[in-house]
Amino acid sequence: MLTETTSAEPLLDIRALCAGYGDTDVLRGVDLKVEPGEIVAVLGSNGVGKSTLNRTISGVVRARSGAVVFEGAAIEQEKPAAIVARGLIHVPEGRRIFPNLSVRDNLDLGSYRRAAARRAANRERVFTIFPRLRERRSQAAGTLSGGEQQMLAIGRGLMAEPTLLILDEPSLGLSPLLVEELFALIARIHAEGVAVLLVEQNVVQSLEIAGRAYILAEGRCLMSGPAAAIAADPQLRRAYLGL
Amino acid sequence: MAEPLLSVDSVSRRFGGLLAVNAASLSADTGRITALIGPNGAGKTTLFSLISGFLKPSAGTVRYAGHDVTREPPHRRARRGIARTFQIVQPFAGLSVRENILVGAHLRHRARAEALALAERVGRDVGLGDLLERPAHALTVAGRKRLELARALATEPQLLLLDEVLAGLNPSEIRDIIPVLRALSARGIGVLMIEHVMQAVMSLAEHVFVLAEGRIIAQGSPAEVVADPIVVEAYLGHGAAARVGSGHAH
Repeated sequence: MLTETTSAEPLLDIRALCAGYGDTDVLRGVDLKVEPGEIVAVLGSNGVGKSTLNRTISGVVRARSGAVVFEGAAIEQEKPAAIVARGLIHVPEGRRIFPNLSVRDNLDLGSYRRAAARRAANRERVFTIFPRLRERRSQAAGTLSGGEQQMLAIGRGLMAEPTLLILDEPSLGLSPLLVEELFALIARIHAEGVAVLLVEQNVVQSLEIAGRAYILAEGRCLMSGPAAAIAADPQLRRAYLGL
Repeated sequence: MAEPLLSVDSVSRRFGGLLAVNAASLSADTGRITALIGPNGAGKTTLFSLISGFLKPSAGTVRYAGHDVTREPPHRRARRGIARTFQIVQPFAGLSVRENILVGAHLRHRARAEALALAERVGRDVGLGDLLERPAHALTVAGRKRLELARALATEPQLLLLDEVLAGLNPSEIRDIIPVLRALSARGIGVLMIEHVMQAVMSLAEHVFVLAEGRIIAQGSPAEVVADPIVVEAYLGHGAAARVGSGHAH
């Protein structure tokens, strides 16, 4: 049996979290921890609640019960803007950029709740990580290719100097080469001390980069453990990872 | 030699100063799966729009089943037997799965009973048989992708253009849908698929075209294409190329 590693004070501590939409319960008691500076992968089939989990952590969906504790503070009743101000930044699935605004304006919008004073420096940092965005900084974001839009969404998240960055399916629709670059980029962000909660269908590469992983099924955490152990477990590979 | 079902000859498409598709040629044929791969922003979806009629080329010709369809609007091409799916699936959220498929079925079947029967059959073919009464908005991503496929199939196409139908699916969901796609080509449908999931391209496609910066830079069997240094450089990257080689491509 895989066991969870614990330390004195996790960065994010989720306990018995329940959430849903209307009459539908999606999360039915999720327990999950992210330690400071750690990459944690959340895996599971489509429809098990991974995106709902992200949305509940970032306050877009209100928790019905349970606790979300970030840096020691209970945030499950806070509004998304207040959660952003704490440094918990969610890059949503499907990019959600503003297509009619320029690349630069899209980036700047990431820094209104946090790190506004360092906007120019952070923009420069994002342009250094993503040179394509610098080339296209004056272009309307809607004219970017899918891969470039994904870079923009992540770049916008970085503008707020996250302590914890939630990435929801960042590799969706990216070419293999860009997926490789994306994972290298996540490693780079992680190396700068940012903790990452990574929801991905790209199971193989997610388990390579993550320290620990959780497998979600039917609104609960079915299992958690070191990513390498999950990747190596033949039964898990077959049953939940489709490998 | 017989003319292929689809032949695209030196088509270009300019958007202002940007040459999105640059003298690209490709073909696809009945009962075969042909893949179109390439970097993000290469012009793959634009090329699909030129083939299906959503866009007109700035130059070049599109021939389908012996006819020059270059200037025809999308609905005429749909009637001739060309169907496409979209990367961003947009089902009629308030309608049931069956009703969504029915919209496509009505292209060739005016009578509601006939169209309903076809919608049901197509729904079963793509594995949505148990979900026909569900509202489309209640489907998971994998279900929505299948519905997108079903809506196109309900027009009874001879040529099916699939734009990343596997994106967003996890490895086991991809494994489940591969036989569905294979069965379509076995029934004689010509399939042209844009896909980044190389595991699927390797196992499904007979022929692969590689588009980069609007141009076809390589073509051949899947094995030939993934071994091509130009393709590795422009598209696959060395990591993915190695994984494809070891049979672990996702």
